Amino acid sequence: MSSIQTNGKTAATATKPSKAGAAATWVDDRVGIAGAAKKNIRKVFPDHWSFMLGEIALWSFVILLLSGVFLTLWFKPSMAEVIYDGSYEQYRGLHMSEAYASTLEISFDVRGGLLMRQIHHWAAQLFIAAMFVHLLRVFFTGAFRKPRELNWVIGSLLLLLGILEGFTGYSLPDDLLSGTGLRIADGIMKSSPVIGTYLSFFLFGGEFPGDVIIPRLYAIHILLLPGLLLALIGAHMMLLVYHKHTQWPGPGRTEQNVVGYPMMPVYAAKAGGFFFIVFGVTALMGALLSINPVWKYGPYNPAEVTAGSQPDWYMGFNEGLMRIMPAWEYEIGGFTLPLSVFLPAALLPVVLLSVVMFYPFIEQWITGDKREHHLLQRPREAPNRTAFMVALMTFYGLLWAAGGNDILAVVFRLDLNQITYFMRVAVVVGPVLAFIIARRWAISLQRHDQEKLLHGYETGVIMRSPDGEYTERHLPISEAEAFTITARDREEVPALTSGEDVNGVPAPTARKDRLRARLQHFWYADNVQKPTRAELEAARHHAQHELEVHAGEEHAADGHQFDGRHDIHGEELRKH
Amino acid sequence: MTHNPDQPALPGNEDAVNDPHAPVPAEPIDNPGLPAHHWRPTDVDPAAEKRAERQVATLFGIASLMSILFVVAYFAFEVGEDPDTFLGLGASTLFLGLTLGTALLLIGIGAIQWARKLMSDVEMVEHRHPAASSDEDRASAVAALRQGADDSGIARRPLIRNSLLGALALLGLPAIVGLRDLGPAPGNALAHTVWRKGMRIVNDVSGTPIRPEEVEIGQLVNAEPSVFFDADENGEPIMDGHEVLVEKTKAAVILVRMQPRDITPLEERANWGVDGILCYSKICTHVGCPISLWEQQSHHLLCPCHQSTFDLADNGKVIFGPAGHALPQLPMGVDDEGYLIALSDFEEPVGPSYWERGE
Ligand code: HEM
Ligand code: FES
Repeated sequence: MSSIQTNGKTAATATKPSKAGAAATWVDDRVGIAGAAKKNIRKVFPDHWSFMLGEIALWSFVILLLSGVFLTLWFKPSMAEVIYDGSYEQYRGLHMSEAYASTLEISFDVRGGLLMRQIHHWAAQLFIAAMFVHLLRVFFTGAFRKPRELNWVIGSLLLLLGILEGFTGYSLPDDLLSGTGLRIADGIMKSSPVIGTYLSFFLFGGEFPGDVIIPRLYAIHILLLPGLLLALIGAHMMLLVYHKHTQWPGPGRTEQNVVGYPMMPVYAAKAGGFFFIVFGVTALMGALLSINPVWKYGPYNPAEVTAGSQPDWYMGFNEGLMRIMPAWEYEIGGFTLPLSVFLPAALLPVVLLSVVMFYPFIEQWITGDKREHHLLQRPREAPNRTAFMVALMTFYGLLWAAGGNDILAVVFRLDLNQITYFMRVAVVVGPVLAFIIARRWAISLQRHDQEKLLHGYETGVIMRSPDGEYTERHLPISEAEAFTITARDREEVPALTSGEDVNGVPAPTARKDRLRARLQHFWYADNVQKPTRAELEAARHHAQHELEVHAGEEHAADGHQFDGRHDIHGEELRKH
Repeated sequence: MTHNPDQPALPGNEDAVNDPHAPVPAEPIDNPGLPAHHWRPTDVDPAAEKRAERQVATLFGIASLMSILFVVAYFAFEVGEDPDTFLGLGASTLFLGLTLGTALLLIGIGAIQWARKLMSDVEMVEHRHPAASSDEDRASAVAALRQGADDSGIARRPLIRNSLLGALALLGLPAIVGLRDLGPAPGNALAHTVWRKGMRIVNDVSGTPIRPEEVEIGQLVNAEPSVFFDADENGEPIMDGHEVLVEKTKAAVILVRMQPRDITPLEERANWGVDGILCYSKICTHVGCPISLWEQQSHHLLCPCHQSTFDLADNGKVIFGPAGHALPQLPMGVDDEGYLIALSDFEEPVGPSYWERGE
C-alpha cells in the first residue's frame, strides 16, 4: 500500500481497532467495498436550494415504499362481494367489494391505518409534483445537456411511471370515484383504432368492470411499477454520481471542477436530515389534512356518478383536452374512429411525453453543440429553450383549467359553452403568445445584465447636474458578480447557408442544412453576447471617468438636501 | 483530466484538490477563485459551539419523547366508531400523526442544524473527468469483445448463429400467446344488453315496476331492467351480484316525461314512447360516465364528466360537448297490467364508441 497523505492532526493508521472498524474489516474481507467507498465517502456535492427538488421526489418515493408496505398488510385486492360489518355504521349490511371493505377497515379499524393511507396519498401527490418541478429546474438550467441526456430520458420515464403508479393506486380502493376513473380509462382504451375493444377485454378480463381488474392493478401497483421505478431511480442516481452534479457558475467554479461539501459528513447529514423533514411534513399532512375520504363516495356502482368528479390533479391536463375537444367521430369503411376521445386521451400524452423526452436531442441538433456542460445556465441565457418550456407550461396550464371548466363556470358565473369555445382558441394562441413574450423577456434580461456589467448597477439615486439635468447614478458591480455574469459561452451566430457547395450544386442534405441553419440563426441571432475583455475595460474606464468628472458638481436630487435640516454627511452615494 | 502535481489530493478523495483559490484564466474576466472562508460563531466561540450542541441534542431529545407519546396515543385513543372527534379528524389518527410527524421533523431539523453549525463548512474542490472512457480503455474493450466473439466462432458459423436468432425470435410467440387468456375476445358482447321484449322497466333502487301515471312531467327516473331484481322459484336472485354489476354498466336507463308536443321523434321512433315518457340509455356515449344532470325546461341531459349535452326531446342528439353520437333510445311500451316495458333491446350499442361499433 502506498502511504496516505494527510493534512489533519491524526495519522490515518488506526491504533486500536474499534468495534465498527472490526465490522468494516469483516465486510471488506468478503466484498472488498473499500475501493468503491474511498471514492465516494468524501465525494463533493455542490449546494443550491433548487437541487433539493429531486431530493424531495426521491424521499417521497421512499415514504411511498414504507407506507405502501404498511397498507399491503391489510388491503385485500379482491372484487368478491362481501357484506360490510365494520366500524363505519352507515354502511353496515351493504354489499361491496372486498377491496372497498378492506379500505374501510384500514381507515376505521386499524390504528394508524387512516394516517398511513393519508400519508401514502399525500406522498404520492408530493412525489409527482416534485418530479414535475425538478424536471422544470433541470430544463430551465440546461442541466440536461451532454453528458446528461440519458439521465434526462430516465427522468421522463420516471415521471410517466410515477403517474401510472398514481393512477393504479387511486383505482385500488374500488370506491365510486376510482371506479368512474377506471371506466373513463376503459372508454379511452376502446377508442383506439382496431385493437381498442381487445385492449379493454384483455385488461378487464372481459366486459368492464369484470372481476379481475383490482387484483391485476394491485400486482402492477405494488410489484411491477415499483420495481421499474426502483431500477430506474437507481440508474438515475448512479449516473448522477458518475457525472458529478452540475453547479452554478461563480468565483472558483469551472467546467472542470465541482465545488461543494463532502458527502460524509455534511451532505449525508443534510440530505439524510432532509428525508426526515419530508417524511415529517407528509406525516403531519396525513394527520391534519383529509385526502380521498373514500367512505364519503360509497362503493363502486356503474349506474352512479358524483357530480364534479375530478381525477387526481396530475391527470387534469388530459381531462381538460377531453372536455374541450369538438365531437369528432368518423366512420371509415364501416369502422368507427372516435377521434374526440383518441386524440386527447391516448395520443396527446404520448406526444407530449415524447417531445419532453427527446428535447435534449432536438436542441443539440439545432445548436450543433456536442461539448460537455457542467456549469448551469440561467433561463435567460437560452431564450428559446426557456420560451419553449414556458409555452408548454402555458398549454398544460390552460388544459388544466379546462379540466375544471364546470368549476370555473360556477365560481365565475360564466357560461360553460363560452368557456369551452374560449379554451379551444386559447390552447392554440396562448402558448404562441407565451413563447414570444418569454423569449423577448429573456433577451431583455440579457440586455439588463450587459448594462450592469458595462455601466454598473442602478443605485436608485437620482442626480441633478448644475444645468438641471437628472440622471440616475450607476456604480460598478463587484468583481465576483461581474465574473459570474460573464461565465457563459460566447455564442457564434452562423451565417445563413444556401446549402449549395461552391459550384452551386445543392448538397444532398441541402434542405436539412438550410432548415438547420435557419433554426440556428433564430436560436442565437437576437442574443446579447458578453463583451470582450477590451470592450469591458473601455466601458469601465469610461464609467470611472464619468464619476470623476461630475464629482462635486451634482447633488442627489431627492429634495431633502434643500431643506437645510438634513445632514448628508456619511451618505456615500451622495458625496460625489 | 490529470492531477496537478502542485495540488495533492485530500485524504479520502483522490479527485479533491487542496488549493481552491487558484485563479483560472477566463474571458473577459479572470476567475477570481473561491472567496475566502468565513468562520462561523460556532467555529471560534466555544460558548456558541456548546450552545449549538445543546440545541441539537434538545431537538433529538424531544424527538424521542414524541415517539414515546406516539405509543401512548396508540393505546389511549380508540379508532372506529367516532372518526370525527377532533377537528373533523379521528383523535387516534390526529395524535398518531402529530407525534410521528413531530418526531421525524425534529430528527431532520436536528441533523441539518448539526451540519450547518458544527460540521466543517469549508468548501472542497474536486476535478471532473470527461464522461467518456479513455481511448486505450475503449480500444481494449473492443479488442476483448472481438476476441470473445472470435472464440465463440459466431461469425464463422452462420448456421449456428442464424438458428439461434430464429429460436430466440420464436420465443416471442409463447410470451405473447401465453397472455391470450387475459380475457375473452370481445365478439359482439358490447352490442347487446340484457333488455328484451317485454322486460319491465323498474325503479333502480326498489326494483318496483313503474306505471306511466307515476312519472310526472319534467321528472327524471333512474331505472333498470327487472331481471336484476328477479328471483327464481327458490327465492334466489337469477343473476349473481357480479353479473349484475357488469350488465348494469350497459343496461342502466333513465325515464323522462316531457310534454308530448315538445317531442320531435324520428319517424321510426314515433311509437317508442308512452304519453311523452321516453327511455334513454344512462351511459354517456363519450367515454361512459352515467349521466345524471337533467334540465327539465330545456330537455337537456348533461354528463357530469366532460359536459356532453344531449337533447332528449330530439332523439338524444348531442348538442354540446365531445360525445360523438346521440344517446341510444330504448323502445318502450306498456304491458297488459299497465307497467312500462321494453319493446326490444337497444337497436345500437350503448356507451362509448369503438372501432367495430358500426358493424
Ligand atoms: C411511486 C409510488 C406510489 C404511488 C404514486 C402510489 C399511489 C397510490 C395512491 C394514490 C393510492 C390511493 C390511496 C388512497 O387514497 O387510498 C395508493 C393505494 C395503495 N398503495 Fe400505493 N403508491 C405508490 C407506491 C406503493 C408501494 C411501493 C406500495 C406497496 C408496496 C403501495 C401500496 C398501496 C396499497 C396497498 C394501496 C391501497 C390501500 C388503500 O387504498 O387503502 N403503493 N397508492
Ligand atoms: S363521459 Fe360523458 S362527457 Fe365524457
